[in-house]
Amino acid sequence: MTVAAPPASLEELQTIVAARLLRDATSVFIGVGRPSTAAILAQRIFNPDLILVYESGTIGAKPARVPLSIGDGELAETADAVVSVPEMFNYWIGPGRIDVAFLGAAQIDRFANLNSTVIGDYLRPKTRLPGAGGAPEVAASCGKVVIIAPHSRRTFVEELDFRTTVGFGAKPEDRQRLGFPGAGPCAVITDLGVLEPDPESCLLILTAIHPGVEVEQVRDATGFDLEVSDGLQVTEPAEEEELGALRQLVAR
Amino acid sequence: MAELTSLSEAIGTLVEDGDSVALEGFTHLIPFAAGHELLRQGRRDLDLVRMTPDLLYDQMIGMGVARKLTFSYGGNPGVGSLHRFRDAVENAWPAPVELEEHSHAGMANRFAAGASSLPFAVMRGYSGTDLVPRTRVETVTCPFTGERLTAVPALNPDVGIVHAQEADRDGKVQLWGIPGVQKETVLASRRTLVTVERLVDRLELRPGSVVIPGWSIDLVAEAPGGSHPSYSLGVTARDNDFYREWDRLSRDRDRFRAWMDENVLAVGTRG
Repeated sequence: MTVAAPPASLEELQTIVAARLLRDATSVFIGVGRPSTAAILAQRIFNPDLILVYESGTIGAKPARVPLSIGDGELAETADAVVSVPEMFNYWIGPGRIDVAFLGAAQIDRFANLNSTVIGDYLRPKTRLPGAGGAPEVAASCGKVVIIAPHSRRTFVEELDFRTTVGFGAKPEDRQRLGFPGAGPCAVITDLGVLEPDPESCLLILTAIHPGVEVEQVRDATGFDLEVSDGLQVTEPAEEEELGALRQLVAR
Repeated sequence: MAELTSLSEAIGTLVEDGDSVALEGFTHLIPFAAGHELLRQGRRDLDLVRMTPDLLYDQMIGMGVARKLTFSYGGNPGVGSLHRFRDAVENAWPAPVELEEHSHAGMANRFAAGASSLPFAVMRGYSGTDLVPRTRVETVTCPFTGERLTAVPALNPDVGIVHAQEADRDGKVQLWGIPGVQKETVLASRRTLVTVERLVDRLELRPGSVVIPGWSIDLVAEAPGGSHPSYSLGVTARDNDFYREWDRLSRDRDRFRAWMDENVLAVGTRG
């Protein structure tokens, strides 16, 4: 007798929703300290030709397991090419050759700018975070940016303590003024739903909630006044195949 | 030709108190044995340079030997915080550390400019971020197109130390797998040491490997297992369990110090 698997948790659905966004992507950049589970899941079940690009210089990696770091040996052993850090940033990321970037952050504001540097004052921080890593140039240059973060008032804040990475800056024209080749953030995937920038204002608005989540719950977990899209969707629940593949991947 | 020597002699002759020292290796080939030898020999007041401080600089900062840290990402990859780094920045324990922080692209370009003996590198980056007023970047105008670009100053550490898989008796070094900024570190630094997993009579050159000629390196020292808990592809594996364990070992100051005393200071030099 088979016992039915437990339904998807909100965190599992978050990973699956992120993976679905890579269905038609050519390549995805995965930064330091970020879980690459969603990208590997996408490569397994949606898009076997997806090129995984890790900050460590491995282009076209095909890991069988989720690596702990962005520089695990398996990434180099399975990659199409392994390049130095200067080459990675100057030849591959800077010219905008990578389609999608997956980034995380400790703080996100309504223009999808990111903080991964400090909580509190820069010189006397309450919490010192790791710092920029590749994020500023990755977010400027990759075709588009997907942000993956837990949904809480600590993360979605009225004002960043430090702007490490530019999403849309302070107004819609800022990316162009700064000379960024990429289109910028296209989605923020959380464990409660999906936020997308309004095409006119570039302000993040709630465009989807996960099944069982209430709009008020999302607004309560957001530190800025969150507008809700007229066409608010409910996220497609996790398919059996998606969930099975995810759990298999994480268990390895 | 590089001089072949022991690790303890190499550190003794190469590094002085107050030096800027880059111990590089991007997740892969991190020269832990050399860093531990620096601690055993009591070097202090150092400007530690590394893109990703990783556990090695967490240990060195926690032991109070860093005056300054120049870096771009100070986390335990895939695990979380570097607790000793945080304690130093947040609470000045055991000593305050001056920070100079960059993005990865900035640090990589700084090493490349240093290796090229140019005063700065030109790139697109940092624009619109709060890093600009907090670090050493300037804007330059392209003399051909008029485009405004970012300039980052060259990095030329007093001492550059990297780990590699092997070297021959002339000190010619071969490394493979993730190359990071290993070659740039050697060519940008004023004095250099490469520690290797093994010395061989003749290098079997591998396609795609990075070869650094012995005449461009000062010292080569054998240090088997010298990149642990990082790794040397094809020779040792990354000790992911240790990276997770470090999260617990390093949270508490006393526990950290006890671990360092027992596992670093009290043991003999490897290699």
